Amino acid sequence: MRVCAAVKSNLMSEYRYVAEGFEDAVQHFEELKPEAEVKLQFAIPEKDFNTAGKGSFELKNMLKRLGVDSVVLRRIAVASYEAEINVAAHSKGGIMYSTVYENLIHVCFEDQGPGIADIEQAMTPGFSTADDLVRELGFGAGLGLPNIKKNSDAMSLVSAAGSSTKLEFLIYFA
Amino acid sequence: MILSDLVTLLEGEVLFPEADLDREVPCAFASDMISDILMCTKESTLLLTGLTNNQVIRLSDMIDLIAIVFVRGKKPLQDVIDMAQERGLPIITTKFTLYRCSGLLYNAGLRSCKI
Repeated sequence: MRVCAAVKSNLMSEYRYVAEGFEDAVQHFEELKPEAEVKLQFAIPEKDFNTAGKGSFELKNMLKRLGVDSVVLRRIAVASYEAEINVAAHSKGGIMYSTVYENLIHVCFEDQGPGIADIEQAMTPGFSTADDLVRELGFGAGLGLPNIKKNSDAMSLVSAAGSSTKLEFLIYFA
Repeated sequence: MILSDLVTLLEGEVLFPEADLDREVPCAFASDMISDILMCTKESTLLLTGLTNNQVIRLSDMIDLIAIVFVRGKKPLQDVIDMAQERGLPIITTKFTLYRCSGLLYNAGLRSCKI
């Protein structure tokens, strides 16, 4: 989860989280840049709630076949599903990239904007900008990003108003 | 408690015929917000909800749901019932409110899902 050039120039803001006890492992992963074992990619169309969630389901099925523990599987599925719904509900569409390594998974969501004006506010449990359509479906509790954080071992969110948003998380298998 | 006891208690209607009603129900969670329901990552649970869209069935792809009870007389459309049937996920509708269902099940000894 390297900080992109735009963040360095202070145009974009970043929220970064590493779970307690995972600091060394995450640093090690970022420095080592190990080789990926499997890569998956899914398109997430804007406001398509028939498709939204399928990418996370496919990802969970693949990891299940690889023998990942069921509690870890649920954490990965929930974090990924929340992020997928966020892209469908709030952006002009985007792509989900999943990369499986020997002992962890890295999932990255990149959308086509319109970006998050205040990341700290977006991370606050209960805060939501969901519209009526999205709320009618049962979304918009304002717990999407907090749920992703809760289930991840590391997470990074980079965005700005009028720009694209990039959300990444890492979850270790054991 | 097994699912068939629950159907009797809630005067429920099972929405597809081949549903497995012998399943043991260890605990329950009740909410109309998807992100709330996604807090249930620790154990398999029964879900009580007023949501009937396809994303509710999709939730069972992410977390482990024993069955879904639709409250307040709500009944999903046929394509949503088909999705549940494909997954072997029993779905039940009851005219009782979410509050009444929760009270009846709690009184019958069904505990809350760990979150």
